[in-house]
Amino acid sequence: MTDPSLTRRRFLEGAALLALAGALPAGCAVAPRTGPQASLNNVLVLVELNGGNDGLNTVVPFADPLYAKLRPTLALAPDSLVKLDTQSALHPGLAPLMTAWNGGELAIVQGVGYDKPNLSHFRSIEIWESASDSEQILPDGWLARVLVQQPGAARRLAEGAVFGRPSIGPLMGANARAVLMDSFHNFASKASKVNAPAAKPANPALAHVVRTQGEIARAGDILAARLQGPQPVVKTTFPRTGIGGQFGNAARLIATGADVPVIKVSAGSFDTHTYERNTHDRLITELGAALAAFRLAMLETGNWQRVTVMTYSEFGRRPAENSAQGTDHGTAAPQFLLGPGVRGGFHGAAPSLTDLSDSNMKHHVDFRDIYASVLRQWWNIDPRPALQRNGADLRLFV
Amino acid sequence: MKRYVIATLLGLAAAAVALPAHALSPDEARHLLLRTGFGATPQQIRALEPMDRARAVRTILDATVTEAVTPPPAFMANTRPDWPAHYRSTDEEAKMAFNKARDAEAVELKAWWYAEMIATPSPFTERMVLFWHNHFTSSMDKVRHTDLLFRQNALFRQTTTGSFRTLVHAVAKDPAMVRYLDSQANRKAAPNENFARELLELYTLGEGRYSEKDIREAARAFTGWHMNDTDGQFRFNKGQHDDGVKTVLGKTGKFDGGDVIDIILARPDTAVFMTAKLWREFVSDTPDAAEVSRLAKIYRDSDYDTRAVLEAIFAAPAFWAAEQRGALIKSPVELLVGTVRSFEIPIADTTPFVEYGRRLRQDIFNPPNVKGWPGGTWWISTYTLLERREVVLRLLNGSDLGAAPGSGGMGSNSMGGSAMGGGMTATPAATKAPGAAPAPGIALWVDAHGTLAASPEAAAKLLLAAAPVEPPVGKAGRTMIEALVLDPAYQVK
Repeated sequence: MTDPSLTRRRFLEGAALLALAGALPAGCAVAPRTGPQASLNNVLVLVELNGGNDGLNTVVPFADPLYAKLRPTLALAPDSLVKLDTQSALHPGLAPLMTAWNGGELAIVQGVGYDKPNLSHFRSIEIWESASDSEQILPDGWLARVLVQQPGAARRLAEGAVFGRPSIGPLMGANARAVLMDSFHNFASKASKVNAPAAKPANPALAHVVRTQGEIARAGDILAARLQGPQPVVKTTFPRTGIGGQFGNAARLIATGADVPVIKVSAGSFDTHTYERNTHDRLITELGAALAAFRLAMLETGNWQRVTVMTYSEFGRRPAENSAQGTDHGTAAPQFLLGPGVRGGFHGAAPSLTDLSDSNMKHHVDFRDIYASVLRQWWNIDPRPALQRNGADLRLFV
Repeated sequence: MKRYVIATLLGLAAAAVALPAHALSPDEARHLLLRTGFGATPQQIRALEPMDRARAVRTILDATVTEAVTPPPAFMANTRPDWPAHYRSTDEEAKMAFNKARDAEAVELKAWWYAEMIATPSPFTERMVLFWHNHFTSSMDKVRHTDLLFRQNALFRQTTTGSFRTLVHAVAKDPAMVRYLDSQANRKAAPNENFARELLELYTLGEGRYSEKDIREAARAFTGWHMNDTDGQFRFNKGQHDDGVKTVLGKTGKFDGGDVIDIILARPDTAVFMTAKLWREFVSDTPDAAEVSRLAKIYRDSDYDTRAVLEAIFAAPAFWAAEQRGALIKSPVELLVGTVRSFEIPIADTTPFVEYGRRLRQDIFNPPNVKGWPGGTWWISTYTLLERREVVLRLLNGSDLGAAPGSGGMGSNSMGGSAMGGGMTATPAATKAPGAAPAPGIALWVDAHGTLAASPEAAAKLLLAAAPVEPPVGKAGRTMIEALVLDPAYQVK
């Protein structure tokens, strides 16, 4: 299949290079690529890799002899891998992402984590989703905090839509609205028949039910209006997997043009304490196929320019395998950003397999610096109020 | 003199916390039933009304049973364990058939539990079984052996209000748990931390009250705690056990898993963690720290007698406070089973409940992860609220549910029932007779409760834990009942 974005992308890059060749200051060798404009009209699609994804078997340091040594049964064979450079390679299940990688649309941030890592699934995902320090409890999700401060709430369907695992995570609290759906079409048809109650009960449990019913009614009205008349049909076929179905629903929602800045999907469970290979190979392969299909669907419907996909997981896994061909909870891991706006290639450095702390790898990039980059460069939002930091300049976007 | 004053003060303090010995109001009776069971019928409310709080609570706790009244699912008669041959098999078709049969059994198992929750004379027993299932989680997705999960469910029923100490020790050796948290793979050479971590983080002490080192050392103590594949029972595998010295939570010795459990239970934090969890289950989403601390002391001083702490929780002023009425959200199982029991809807086959529960995000025997269902406001999302409304209407109409055995449903004399029971019969996985009469849904209830069905106010007071958000003014009969169960107030208890 030809990829319409690539030819256009190459043309634009070439044009930019030509235009700027004479004007570049000394020391600046790479020409900036023209990316989509930063604004809250852009969509961030979050992919939660639930359970703690094994980073070392996702982006594989195949050239490091320690990798195979630490993992007698789990190390992936070098010739099965998709090589990205002389040191690192992708799990073969991610081969469908090579079109994006070669087109400069896939950023891989290596060694992402935070200080004083917490190895509890539940506490660590809270840290990631609330963007807190390790020992700090923040009640609200980081995107909830950011988005409720942004203008345009009245025309938004909601701050976020969630498919798959029913965890709203980064959209929790702060009076942000998160719409959970099973299938997009089921939800749209049922929600249009629900009325918003007028009363506002004082009892918090009842108030939550009333508020949720109001959000259903509101989303139902907005979608009903969007779905009147001829609709953009998503023709791309999605894999018949859990994550494939979720991306299919996300694509159909985006294609309506409804204003919803965040969509969250999830894959898992990546909690591979025993016999990791089968489970991990399957999950990563399903993820690769679903991401590739989603990219094509966005290109097909003309929405790719306003989409960035970002993965995250509560932690990586321990470099050494355990006695059951599995891995226990770990720390630093790679994180992916995919989209026409991202600056493709590697960011950060692969964590060392020798310089360990408590048998686990040390991180080089704080996950909140990635969030800050997304806010500033993808949405043009000052990250400081919500993240209490400006964020190191990771230059993750073009 | 001084002594006299102190004694008087003590006496006054005792009087201040003692329960008022007056009969329950209808609201209080409904509150107690909704919080400790599944729904409430007019008869059950009336049966509790003459009692005072203490007696009503005792009546419910005394009615606890240790055995299910529903006959075990048919697969329990099969020879088990049958998995060693399956593991050895290289015949892909046979392996697929085996897994398919397991999935069918899982549906049978879930339908069986729904039948038990509907039929039980002690709904509080099943609420506690559900509580322990959501605490000591194990899922079909991981365990894969329905007989092990059935046995774990029976273990919870044996110990609903018994000793938490006994229960933790039993769960650590429970074969479904051994599989669920990879104890089977916990060997001397390279310990698997899964069970040790969740024991500390989720089952006893709570997150942040131990170190990563404690987890690693505790994991060593549980090495060799395996299941014997030839009989499906717990087995201590001495050859895989690390009998060296460990240091766990400041104590050092040649500990095994049992020692580690006792060390954990000696920590006051364990009683606090468990009491707060019981508080969230029965009182409110926001445990009162001072009250939890007082109640946790009762739990610890009674050596973790769950009945003792429950009696104290149900006597706590906060449990009865008017602002607590309707302050908790019904779990999907409470919504489903509670609707059936409240309206005495005849059920011929509980299989559809399996799918209902899954859609409402409480797939029993398959909690979403080791932490269980989060509960509280998590139950209600834009997705689940739409589904809840739809499913409740289907129950009212008797859709999918088949006709009751003997058809025509229940006679009017079965509308009675004791304060605790009103237990009904339901058949798990019964085959629907072709051409059976349409299921009656709530038709019988509406006929039997003419006065209630004619008065929105009286019906709302009976069926809702809070005043309706949109009162069904001017409606009566089935239309009015439908409006009440679609009201947001029907989602709370």
